[in-house]
Amino acid sequence: MTDPAAPTSADQFIAKIIADHAVVLFMKGVPDQPRCGFSAVTVQILDHLGVEFVGVDVLQDDNLRNGIKTFSDWPTIPQLYVKGEFIGGSDIVREMFQSGELKAFMSGHGVLEA
Amino acid sequence: MPMSATALEDDLRDAFPEAVIEIQDLAGDGDHYKARIVSAAFAGLPRVRQHQLVYAALKGKMGGELHALALETSVPVAGS
Repeated sequence: MTDPAAPTSADQFIAKIIADHAVVLFMKGVPDQPRCGFSAVTVQILDHLGVEFVGVDVLQDDNLRNGIKTFSDWPTIPQLYVKGEFIGGSDIVREMFQSGELKAFMSGHGVLEA
Repeated sequence: MPMSATALEDDLRDAFPEAVIEIQDLAGDGDHYKARIVSAAFAGLPRVRQHQLVYAALKGKMGGELHALALETSVPVAGS
């Protein structure tokens, strides 16, 4: 059950999970079974690079689904966080991947062996 | 809830009057668009901020009326 009267609990959850894990992907579905094409592409890119990440399924909780949009001031899912920093959605991740920037970024942040 | 390409372009044009704006209806259903926006307003901004400016221009329609909008933002190349 979700409690619509507790809007800050989603913020606290998000803040904690991006502090506890180096790479977090807020997505629709789970990494093994994404439930949206944009989430699927983002998972594939992270897998391809060999980045270990925690996938958080926003479809499990409407508070979280809405909360993450407010948290990052970003209206869509997926959303990628590295070391607590919002990196972008699927367009940005794909652009960064295609230019080679994503791999360099991940290595630079110590979440990928160079 | 579909949105017409014209309505989408109007919103973008209001926010980025000097920009080069190209809109493509990816699925032909008025719900999945790609927009390429070339504007000096993006100069010096990281991509997240560039896209946030575009989403702000759409005044909350993104994620609501508009399901999918692939964005490609860039700054005009000097001399062009």
